[in-house]
Amino acid sequence: MSNLRSLLLILLALGSAVVGAVDPEEMADPALQARYRALTHELRCMQCQNQSIADSPVGLAGDLRREVRELLQQGKTDDEIRGWMRERYGAFILFRPEFSPRNAWLWLLPGVLLLGGGLIGWRILRQRQALEPLDSDTPEDST
Amino acid sequence: MNRFLLPLGLFAALVLVLAIGVRRAPEKSVIQSVLLGKSAPDFVAPVLGSPDGARFEANSLRGRWYLLNVWGTWCAECRNEHATLLQIKATGKAPIVGLDWKDQPQDALSWLRQLGNPYEIVAEDRDGRIAINYGVYGAPETFLVDPQGIIAYKHVGAMTDEIWAQKFLARIEPTGARPSP
Repeated sequence: MSNLRSLLLILLALGSAVVGAVDPEEMADPALQARYRALTHELRCMQCQNQSIADSPVGLAGDLRREVRELLQQGKTDDEIRGWMRERYGAFILFRPEFSPRNAWLWLLPGVLLLGGGLIGWRILRQRQALEPLDSDTPEDST
Repeated sequence: MNRFLLPLGLFAALVLVLAIGVRRAPEKSVIQSVLLGKSAPDFVAPVLGSPDGARFEANSLRGRWYLLNVWGTWCAECRNEHATLLQIKATGKAPIVGLDWKDQPQDALSWLRQLGNPYEIVAEDRDGRIAINYGVYGAPETFLVDPQGIIAYKHVGAMTDEIWAQKFLARIEPTGARPSP
């Protein structure tokens, strides 16, 4: 168990070393640095597509990180920066998709399914309740 | 029999949805530009190969159709499309503006000397800022801009004769048939 734990710790350390190598940039202001880290982790690297721009070593990801830093320094809010990216690269660049008419069904489907399932469950319960008096009416045991 | 009807119907609906998804997969693999139908972003950039540091203004091109081709000497596919670009230049239908993306000017100049120059003018985007404003995520990419400065079409990947004829020329010179989207 402790072996496994130390192995995991080593892997974790190696992993974060690699991430640090991808993006060595640090912003002077710790508050901005925190927002910078959060934002770059939720913007998609358009060239690699399954990595965020924080994790990707390709040139375009580095350019986009630079834009994020500059927009932060200009005092832009997180939403404004996400909007800035969406204006250029479309909603695809956002790992956290926003509600829009195009993807409304995706957002609403879980609710619809839950409602449908609840309705079916409720009907089954009602039917069982209707059966109950009949069941309790026949307690005769042949033994 | 009746109790199979609903699951069967649901299954058929699922098959239909998935079939549509599979049929549309090729066009979905290319990320549609959000800039289609919008104004081509203005930019001012240094002109490749001009020793006096002349600067190029994108909005000086209003009033005619033109192509904006994003390329770089580090881009292999750009070499593959180069012959087609030269052919397009020869037709004289629309000038091609080059955007040399994250490149060294001397590399770009020797590339054009070796392979021929299909461009009316080449703007330098040394730090990649112009490309970001155009939503470029790879090279080559070619934009078609109409006389009002609106982006009419964008092709991602190497330009080919077919793409030029069906997607670009069909928009510049409509012959009644609607260009394929």
